[in-house]
Amino acid sequence: MGSNMAEAHPVGFQHVVEAKRRGAKVIHIDPRFTRTSALAHTYVPVRAGADIAFLGGVINYILSDEKDFREYVLAYTNASMLVNEGFKDTEDLDGLFSGYDPETNTYDQSTWQYASHEEHGRSTGNSHVARDTASALRHESHGSPLPGGDVARDLTLQDSRCVYQILKRHYSRYTPEVVEQVCGVPQDTFLEVCEAWTANSGRERTTALVYSVGWTQHTVGVQYIRTGAIIQLLLGNVGRPGGGVMALRGHASIQGSTDIPTLFNLLPGYLPMPHHRQHETFRQWVDAIRHPGQKGFWANAEAYAVSLLKAYFGGAATAENDWGYGWLPRLTGDHGTYQQALDMIDGKIKGYFLLGQNPAVGSAHGRAQRLGMANLDWLVVRDLYMIESATFWKDGPEVATGEVVPTECRTEVFFMPAASHVEKEGTFTQTQRMLQWREQAVEPPGDCRSELWFFYHLGRLVRDRLAGSAAPRDQGILNLNWDYPVHGERGDEPSAEAVLKEINGYDSATGEPLPGYLSLKDDGTTACGCWIYSGVYADGVNQAARRKPGSEQDWVALEWGWVWPADRRTLYNRASADPDGRPWSERKRYVWWDPEAGEWTGYDVPDFEKTKPPTYRPPEGATGVAAISGDDPFIMQGDGKGWLYAPGGLIDGPMPTHYEPAESPVRNPLYHQQANPTRKVYDRPDNPINPSPPDRHVDVYPYVFTTSRLTEHHTAGGMSRHLAYLSELQPEMFVEVSPELAAERGLEHLGWAHVVTTRTAIEARVMVTDRLTPLRIEDRIVHQIWLPYHWGGEGLVTGDSANDLFGIALDPNVLIQESKVGTCDIRPGRRPTGPELLAYVDEYRVRAGVAPDRYPHVLTPRADKPEA
Amino acid sequence: MGVRTWIQEWPVYRQLTGTDPLGRGAAVQSERSKSLTARTESADSMARSVCPYCAVGCGQRVFVKDRKVIQIEGDPDSPISLGRLCPKGSASLSLVTSDRRQQKVLYRRPYGTAWEDLDLDTAMGMIADRVLAARDATWEDADEDGRPLNRTLGISSLGGATLDNEENYLIKKLFTALGALQIENQARI
Amino acid sequence: MAGPNSLYGPVDPAPDAGYVDAPPRVGFFTDTSVCIGCKACEVACKEWNLIPDDGFNLLGTSYDNTGGLTANSWRHVAFIEQPTAGRGAGTDSPGAFAAMPVGPPASAQTAVVAAGTAPDTGTEPGVPPAVDALAAAGTIAPPATGPQFLGMPLPDLPGRMMDAPRSDFRWLMMSNVCKHCTHAACLDVCPTGSLFRTEFGTVVVQEDICNGCGYCIPACPYGVIDRREGDGRAWKCTMCYDRIGDGLTPACAKACPTESIQFGELDELRARAERRLESLHEQGETSARLYGNSPDDGVGGDGAFFLLLDEPEVYGLPPDPVVCTRDLPAMWKRAGWAALAMAAAVVVSFGRRP
Repeated sequence: MGSNMAEAHPVGFQHVVEAKRRGAKVIHIDPRFTRTSALAHTYVPVRAGADIAFLGGVINYILSDEKDFREYVLAYTNASMLVNEGFKDTEDLDGLFSGYDPETNTYDQSTWQYASHEEHGRSTGNSHVARDTASALRHESHGSPLPGGDVARDLTLQDSRCVYQILKRHYSRYTPEVVEQVCGVPQDTFLEVCEAWTANSGRERTTALVYSVGWTQHTVGVQYIRTGAIIQLLLGNVGRPGGGVMALRGHASIQGSTDIPTLFNLLPGYLPMPHHRQHETFRQWVDAIRHPGQKGFWANAEAYAVSLLKAYFGGAATAENDWGYGWLPRLTGDHGTYQQALDMIDGKIKGYFLLGQNPAVGSAHGRAQRLGMANLDWLVVRDLYMIESATFWKDGPEVATGEVVPTECRTEVFFMPAASHVEKEGTFTQTQRMLQWREQAVEPPGDCRSELWFFYHLGRLVRDRLAGSAAPRDQGILNLNWDYPVHGERGDEPSAEAVLKEINGYDSATGEPLPGYLSLKDDGTTACGCWIYSGVYADGVNQAARRKPGSEQDWVALEWGWVWPADRRTLYNRASADPDGRPWSERKRYVWWDPEAGEWTGYDVPDFEKTKPPTYRPPEGATGVAAISGDDPFIMQGDGKGWLYAPGGLIDGPMPTHYEPAESPVRNPLYHQQANPTRKVYDRPDNPINPSPPDRHVDVYPYVFTTSRLTEHHTAGGMSRHLAYLSELQPEMFVEVSPELAAERGLEHLGWAHVVTTRTAIEARVMVTDRLTPLRIEDRIVHQIWLPYHWGGEGLVTGDSANDLFGIALDPNVLIQESKVGTCDIRPGRRPTGPELLAYVDEYRVRAGVAPDRYPHVLTPRADKPEA
Repeated sequence: MGVRTWIQEWPVYRQLTGTDPLGRGAAVQSERSKSLTARTESADSMARSVCPYCAVGCGQRVFVKDRKVIQIEGDPDSPISLGRLCPKGSASLSLVTSDRRQQKVLYRRPYGTAWEDLDLDTAMGMIADRVLAARDATWEDADEDGRPLNRTLGISSLGGATLDNEENYLIKKLFTALGALQIENQARI
Repeated sequence: MAGPNSLYGPVDPAPDAGYVDAPPRVGFFTDTSVCIGCKACEVACKEWNLIPDDGFNLLGTSYDNTGGLTANSWRHVAFIEQPTAGRGAGTDSPGAFAAMPVGPPASAQTAVVAAGTAPDTGTEPGVPPAVDALAAAGTIAPPATGPQFLGMPLPDLPGRMMDAPRSDFRWLMMSNVCKHCTHAACLDVCPTGSLFRTEFGTVVVQEDICNGCGYCIPACPYGVIDRREGDGRAWKCTMCYDRIGDGLTPACAKACPTESIQFGELDELRARAERRLESLHEQGETSARLYGNSPDDGVGGDGAFFLLLDEPEVYGLPPDPVVCTRDLPAMWKRAGWAALAMAAAVVVSFGRRP
């Protein structure tokens, strides 16, 4: 669901085809019939942006008939926990949870807490600060912090305040009728999915849920994934073979670049980048991570933090100077990539590095991206091929409209050719957290160099220039541990293996590689660049380079590559055994307790303390790892449980709720509140948003559009539109429409059409196809159109960019943009060119009532009459 | 080649005297066809790599001859991919060897209308100068209440999802030490 | 089995072409029921064989922008979008449209065929679609009561103009390739010996021999072989003759993510295909069938055969291909008799002269 696996991850899809061969049933839920649907047993068309309604319906189906895997749910989830009496649900408040603050459009989360934890929500600070710093991203490797102490539970699940009952009430209106109304899915099709999912889950069977970026790029993206996780927890499909919620990511090491983040709000291993107020001191920073008194492995966070600072600053990091904490920069709010683009337009940013990324095509609101780049002092583009982000000053769409004039554009541009993946060595982390080492095949040609080379030497040059400076601001960079051995034919390539050793961690005194994160210390005797990767160089061996043939191993293939954490292939795999440590079933045995040997064993590395027996119960007052009970599989969670209900950590609510996308032609049928009331918006004239109900003029942009990938191209096209063998397979930008919409708008197959939003209009060739289906939403027909987003102005095959159509509206938890759904108009013929394009789009805006002083309400107004 | 051999190599001779009287197989096989072998068999070396496109992480074998990549194909040992590659992975050879690939530093001066050539070392020096100038011009020591900020908001970076862990590590480490925190990648998009 | 050097009927082609101790015949089994239309086969083939690209033309035939097998495309993935109304194959929820009226077809392809005119639609090897081909197809008036024609060269969906939800739909994909016929007409008509039978039983153009005469092109019953523009020579799939000689799998089969393309010994592949067919039939895929697997067909069986989910014509394959040289011996025989008769007549006529 929300994944076009066959097209976007074809080689991964072979395992689905194999499972199908062995009798598995494959269901594909997607707005459009794709090559994945073609291989599925059942295809379910759904309206883009309505997935929570669909999945909420599945939860309602499970809870109404008590089809949950009760033993698993009772033991391993927080179903029985009691929640604060003050908690009010969206069912009570018509689309809002208790604690909403209309001033900041965020929640005071204190009433969401477990009973007896009320004070906690308040003490965790301001929710809008958490939103601006995308703090939920920190929970990629762990749950949100919780205070210590036991939580009141009702193991009968009857108490009206227990999570199970709250969940049941929350989704009670998500009936098959409502699912049909909101999603356009016929009730019998919906029920077929519910029955298949529940029938194939439980003690003997498991069901896997696969999603991709189709889910993350929404203003409620995190809650989409939460809804899937709730179902999988209710059905006992987490931590077990054949189960899980699988995120299929689309870039070779996007998982790695999240773990070792090139992200503004994180440091390696999901440690938060310090915030100027919340983390003024080292102690505040560390305690905010480890939460003294809390259960689980985050209690050791001080060791992870100190070891990182030791890796960064080496001998200069001492207990006396708080390990160099003072040299770290501080966040004050939202510094995300979209805020940056707008700051570039406003002239606040001087220089910009693009490292294998092409925002002129790949980011939402391409016009804002390009206008931002046109207002820099300098831009460094590092890529294999000439990309649109390097040529905006001469060939961009804004040059055509006259908004950018080359002789008036001051941005200085450096194009630095990059080394390809075979011209350097290093590790990628693939989508299941597996690090795989690549051997170098040849030297990079000409001026092509690796990023390792570029940044190592940039650092060297900068440090040379600052040498001897006594300025406090320069002490961090001057004290940086920046000595890496160099090698290679040119004799100046830093050793990636040396960097990997630093990431793994080493003994500060001897330099010996550490065996894993359990050996990290908070006294400065260990250094470790990323604690969750510790162990990748255990025993001085590059574990990521292990390549024992899969055919010579069992199906878990533990001797291929290395998976964080601690080489565990399936997270939380303790849950594959029952509370007593026995496999739930022989069919699904994976990790279990061996009473004779007194340890956990199985096919995988147990994601649990190896010798902690299932019978272990923490002593009174225990904290940290010792507080994890022998039957608490979710060892990174503050309570050891899988969360059906999130008492903290999410900006937009403890349970997923159906909100309409920021741009929708449909009035939210479930609540007065139209869209996510905590979404991050940027109300500024250069970021107009199409009107949605209850505002007027929705009919100016009457259609829903969504975008995605084609098998034959890659993301913004830099790695595919320059290659003849791929370009010939999908040679032109096109737009897919249903025959019904084609008839309605007079579109002809293979003719031209253009798609219009408040941002711009783009043109494409028309593909009329039955693969798109008009949906009946309530009493009307909603047409959806689909566009691939791979095209731009450079390459062998060129075309308009679909991402130019989107504005900027973000998920509040992780600040990812809504670019999988929007509203638009579509018309036959090509779009106007030159300045006429601007006038054309403006004419639409006028008709839609979109003006520089008028933006959609985040909180849907209560006025009897909607504003004009 | 003697006259006798020459005649024996003649397809008609082979056709009339051999097992292939209709001249459709063995008799007409050319010298080139006879000596044909897979170019991977004569490669100088083979590197074990990973596909650079999506995040499935398919194994690749990179064959090299005379310091040039001559073939990239799936690694059958990989339990992830079992030797298979999608069209993009299969196009990796073109990705690496295409003559459309940029191999020289290019420079566009402010208000310029065309690319110019620039020496790599010169470019590196210019970039280092610009980083420091932008940092100095936008440095913030503390907020209005005197709490440390220790940063610059004058420098941004986007990218990392296509790069190695080791590269991301150095990028983050260097920028953090320089006080530049507006470092982002595709994971935010 | 037919006799030695036969031009028709079942034979083992490599020994028949003079190979003593030939290795087992190899081939492709392309199982279209698991094809995901990714086109890895097309790319892997081109990367290995260093084939020029085929031009950048949006054809509008679903996701097929290759158009057909050509001198520059030795694998070609066909895409067919079709409704499954009333069929119920390939889905667990059949008949979402079963109750709906079935309208007359309004697809360009069908219309063009029915009209007996054939503007270039890009399905001819090496021929990009004429600019106005689809427009020309579009000028054929749709039935007055039928759905509006929108120019899609696709089977029409019943109830197209209705606003009812549609959920059942079939998208067929098939990777087409040279069939490496047991009786290969291209080879039989080749005057230079460029096209030849390898020891593996495959059919290969020897690029160092081919003189570009083009006789092979009309001879192929599948329209596979084609001449390359600017080069003049004929080109087609070699089943990676260089690779299989070294014990490697051909590039397309090696890349294929879902094992839709399987390479191996032909006898084994045929047995495997029978088992797969049986299993699909058990699962209710009653429309599944094998194509080109029978040694008794008009080309003596294909070295590259297929499992299809519909009639061969749906995929653009001839339903009953026949090697054009089938009747050659008989024709020569008859021609011989005719010549003898003529000679006799001449002799007689001369002989009767006083």
